[in-house]
Amino acid sequence: MIRPDAPILLEIKDLHARIDDQPILHGVNLTIRAGEIHALMGRNGSGKSTLSKILAGHPAYTVTSGRVSFEGQDLLSLSPEERARKGVFLGFQYPVEIPGVSNLEFLRVATNARRQELGEEELDTFSFEDLVRERLQVVQMDPAFLERSVNEGFSGGEKKRNEILQMALLTPRVAILDETDSGLDIDALRIVAGGVSQLAGPHNATLLITHYQRLLEAITPDFVHVMAAGRILRTGGKELALELESRGYDWVDEELARIPSATPVGMS
Amino acid sequence: MPTLSPLPNHAAVHPGTTWIKALLEAFPGSPLGFPGRREEAWRFTDLSLLSRIPPHPLDAATEHKPAPALPAPGPHTWRLHLDTWPQAGQIQWPAGIEPLSGPDLTLHLGKVLAATAMEHHWLTHLNAALTPQVVALRIRPGCHTCLEVVSDTAQRSGVLPHRLLLVVEEGATLNLVQVHQASGPSLTSVVMEIRLERQARLHHALVAHGNTSGALLTGTAVSQAPESHYFQTSVSTGWGLARQEPVILQGDGQATTHLRGLHWVRGSQIADTHSRVCFSGPEGKLDQVHKVVAEEEGRSVFNGCIQVPRQGQRTDASQLSRSLLLSDRARIDTKPQLEIVADDVRCSHGATISRLQQDELFYLQSRGIGAPQASRLLLRSFCEEVLAQLPPAARIWDPLGSLLEEGR
Repeated sequence: MIRPDAPILLEIKDLHARIDDQPILHGVNLTIRAGEIHALMGRNGSGKSTLSKILAGHPAYTVTSGRVSFEGQDLLSLSPEERARKGVFLGFQYPVEIPGVSNLEFLRVATNARRQELGEEELDTFSFEDLVRERLQVVQMDPAFLERSVNEGFSGGEKKRNEILQMALLTPRVAILDETDSGLDIDALRIVAGGVSQLAGPHNATLLITHYQRLLEAITPDFVHVMAAGRILRTGGKELALELESRGYDWVDEELARIPSATPVGMS
Repeated sequence: MPTLSPLPNHAAVHPGTTWIKALLEAFPGSPLGFPGRREEAWRFTDLSLLSRIPPHPLDAATEHKPAPALPAPGPHTWRLHLDTWPQAGQIQWPAGIEPLSGPDLTLHLGKVLAATAMEHHWLTHLNAALTPQVVALRIRPGCHTCLEVVSDTAQRSGVLPHRLLLVVEEGATLNLVQVHQASGPSLTSVVMEIRLERQARLHHALVAHGNTSGALLTGTAVSQAPESHYFQTSVSTGWGLARQEPVILQGDGQATTHLRGLHWVRGSQIADTHSRVCFSGPEGKLDQVHKVVAEEEGRSVFNGCIQVPRQGQRTDASQLSRSLLLSDRARIDTKPQLEIVADDVRCSHGATISRLQQDELFYLQSRGIGAPQASRLLLRSFCEEVLAQLPPAARIWDPLGSLLEEGR
């Protein structure tokens, strides 16, 4: 939903970043307002995942210049946990397995950290179980997964559902979903996309990182951005995704060739 | 408590290692002195803590140093206090557990130590030279009791030597929980020999919680008949020096051995495990996981020896050593030692030493969980693989104590 007067939730200005000595982002600009759904597309290695990890505060990346503000605050000065508590959510492309830590307890600790930030009461085990059982419906997930260790032995689709369940519990202001559609069969994709659509509202925003048009058939984006060589090369509406689907990315190379400083990068 | 200890009742002798050398020299048949760093089995293990143990039998409990309050035994658990051992005649043994005496005792005592060659180990010599109390038991089929053997030297000083012999009869099953605790300058020396007859099953939990001035030397020699199962889960924390030597012999193969170890060291603590599993017959199985958490200046040593001579065809053994190094000053020495002669075997081994995984920490942090709590969750996850194997009766001993608690 595009409302030009909606408050800006996330504003990225001329962001440059590297990992070790390898520069990856070369000046990313992006503004996301409340209520909007953005799709970020691009080839492997274009910097999409890097951007998502930097926004969530992954310690392996160094921001060399530029700034990111989240609801008017300097996002980059916050620790990963502070960003999460304030409402930035990253849905992982490869959610981590943590044997020996129960999923239910993990979800409760995470939910209470966010609730504390929002000035809400912490939930005890019983109240939390009520909440989590209600939110399980968003992703049509079997309650048995709550009793298991975090992501341990989950299939690809189950891990992604667990990510969306976390999103449903944490009620983020900005949700960044990194290739949430990868490795999903049609049914799982439909469930995950349905969950994301249910959670999108006028006061929050979603940034979907994806390779494929098929996710965007289920979730209609307000904006589509094409990323290449560490910057956003072009921005359009949902028709841009369709154009990519039919034309591929070859035109990106031609456009990049016209930018003297642009060099392909090796990591996504 | 009457004692046959060769040590004087009080510390007339100054601490140091002279008393240990003198004891060993006086002990018939012991060619071993005090092991030095030049001996491979002790290369990484600093024994100097032993020189600070007052060389007398463990003090009796007094008003100032009372015997500790221990958690109540769980249901169906029968507890044997090693440090306040009454005369054998006063004990009412539970059904299925009988003391061995007379010719029976002579028949079995020392046999497993000899068969496993553990009788030649230094800590066995030291234990024998200290003239330990001997507990020898036969476990009958149909025994439904969990046997708990407990020593807690608490804040008392001195030396507590013990020797245990268990004969688990054909088809019998036993849950054994072995607990050693200390919070003063004491040496707990325990040598256990276990004979598992055909189709016998032993679940053996060893929970050892010490302090920086305490030393624990434990040897466990196990002889397994075919179709027997031996599960050992050992958790140790806090000892200034903890040396454990599990030695298992599958004399005719076709038995199953599970070894799980978790050792947490910090400060000046050393945890050392030297294990040896020998397959002298075919189709034996071993599944061994040894885990270590080393923080501050803690040190850990693991030497895991697997022997498969020519008779050990179709042995299936796996050994994994996983260590977490949480500080730049901690040290871990880990060494798989596979001696394989048989040509048709599966023996896998692996050793990893790492810090907490950055990606795992980041995942938790990205859900709003602060770094200290995220680290604790990951440490708990690391330990859980071993802790989950402990029988419920062992959990009352709170194996990790406060190590995973907030703000310690």
